[in-house]
Amino acid sequence: MDLWQSVIEALQSLTANKMRSGLTILGIVIGVAAVIAMLAAGQGAQDTITGSISGIGTNLLFVFSGNMGETVRNVQPLTLGDAEAIADPFQAPSIVAVAPAIQGSVEVTYGGEQTSTSVVGVTPDYAAVRNYHMTEGEFISADQMLGNSSVVLLGVDVADKLFGRRDGLVGEVIRIEGQPFRVQGVLESKGGSSFGSQDNQVLVPLSTAQTRLVRRTVRDRVDLILAQVIGPDDISRASDEIAQILRTRHRTAIGADDFTIFSQQDFVSTAKTITGVLTIFLGGIAAISLLVGGIGIMNIMLVSVTERTREIGLRKALGARKRDIMIQFLTESSMLSMLGGLVGILLGWLIAQIVGQIAAANATPFTPVVGINDVLLATLFSTAVGLFFGIYPANRAANLEPVEALRYE
Amino acid sequence: MGEWVIDAENITKVYRMGEVLVNALAGVTVKIHPGEVVSIMGPSGSGKSTLMNILGCLDRPTSGEYILDGAVVSNLRDDQLALIRNRKVGFVFQSFNLLPRASAISNVELPLRYAGINKDRNEKARLALESVGLGDRIKHHPAELSGGQQQRVAIARALINDPAILMADEPTGNLDSKSGKEILELILKLNKERGTTVIIVTHDPLIAARTSRVIRLRDGLVEEA
Repeated sequence: MDLWQSVIEALQSLTANKMRSGLTILGIVIGVAAVIAMLAAGQGAQDTITGSISGIGTNLLFVFSGNMGETVRNVQPLTLGDAEAIADPFQAPSIVAVAPAIQGSVEVTYGGEQTSTSVVGVTPDYAAVRNYHMTEGEFISADQMLGNSSVVLLGVDVADKLFGRRDGLVGEVIRIEGQPFRVQGVLESKGGSSFGSQDNQVLVPLSTAQTRLVRRTVRDRVDLILAQVIGPDDISRASDEIAQILRTRHRTAIGADDFTIFSQQDFVSTAKTITGVLTIFLGGIAAISLLVGGIGIMNIMLVSVTERTREIGLRKALGARKRDIMIQFLTESSMLSMLGGLVGILLGWLIAQIVGQIAAANATPFTPVVGINDVLLATLFSTAVGLFFGIYPANRAANLEPVEALRYE
Repeated sequence: MGEWVIDAENITKVYRMGEVLVNALAGVTVKIHPGEVVSIMGPSGSGKSTLMNILGCLDRPTSGEYILDGAVVSNLRDDQLALIRNRKVGFVFQSFNLLPRASAISNVELPLRYAGINKDRNEKARLALESVGLGDRIKHHPAELSGGQQQRVAIARALINDPAILMADEPTGNLDSKSGKEILELILKLNKERGTTVIIVTHDPLIAARTSRVIRLRDGLVEEA
């Protein structure tokens, strides 16, 4: 029995029951489409999140106060002094730039317009470290930092809300928490990210934020220190340098750091773990429908074997071995699942595209990615489902006694 | 090849029907020369179907030795029996048993496919159909053929692998008398031309009269003539 002949014969017998075959295939189609769409969405989400983390800047270390792993008593906050110590090239030679920041929520008004947004107090280095660009105006200067200047940079979302436009805003005066601030620039749009939109924020000099907008118990306090490392290979060394500096400055007990250093890579891998788990979870649920589709195949194949008992008996009388009968029915069941798989891949791809379109329409930069691996996986998996669920019926057919089968009415 | 194409010695077959054991064959000895045309007759329940199944290698005897065309076949495994059926036995059934979705020529090709013969398969099947007078019907499906024509296709299929024996189970039972007669003539003609041994299981004394020898069964035993 050559394979080609088996395939033709299988197709003939499947087309003889179009409705039945179609419905059976539909079960697999839905399963495969669901798996593909879920995996594509998961991959898309992962790409978006890791992309937005990478978009924060390059070779960054994030230093927070507090220890996430263990309970540490007497946690000291990070201060501007800590940031300056980290910026010292003699103490931390692997670090090129340091940008401390403090963050708070504020009400921003202009004329009758009002919006709540987050304010970030930053130093001049922040622009380089975070890779910020201006569509107009200037970034915050060292003089403004020293002079507690009342100047502000607007994210485009804030500009849209307050002014309904994004340009010609330099020189306007807005009020933050009732205090007047002169707009001295507009930040280039970064697009949305998984950490909230980077466009919905305003930047002010760190000193101004500390003294006038974001009250903290410790006067010198900052919420976060961003440190830019020379190159990707120096990240762990830079991390050690920062840890050394902060341990000395905070006089922490050994093994009880009161700060946490995260690299961008840590964020990326954390995000990947989370989205990966999510993808597996969703894909797993989708795979259940594939399983149900497989049971559908088994069901139909059992019916088919019963219906064709006489045919099986005849084939055996003509010299078909068990193997030949097995192959015949396995070919049919894998054809069902393969056809279902192919249509399912197309449908899943289509669903992924639609999800992408919907995301785009909602201004969320989220592109589902149908990976070639996912397609291969789905094809293999669905064919395997067909084979697996075909084995029992095929085996039943192959083991029919020819005499019994020929006598079957 | 020895003196007998079929040499079945003291064949018994016991079925279990629930609690009861049924002796379908109680020690049957059948010997048939190559080229003979033999009919098997007997009332219902006489064991003639069982005998046909065993002689046709569809079933194994409970005891006794069966040598078909020089090979002991009474204790072969399923797949070995399948091979024997494929090479040495051609079946013609009362209800034709053609595959309804396959054309006449595909039906005739089927045993060749199971024999693993790919070369000239189509040509061989076409010649076989011509030899039963259906050279102009090779692409027809069973539903497009008359009963007599369908049985001709079945005969072509049975003979395609050039078997040692042709096993015909009531070959004219589903046919009107005219086409029944034609089928019988065809079988006899092919026997003469090719020398294939023919065994016909039948109720019809008119058919039995055309065969060279009649084996009568009653209660699982051969009735001595």
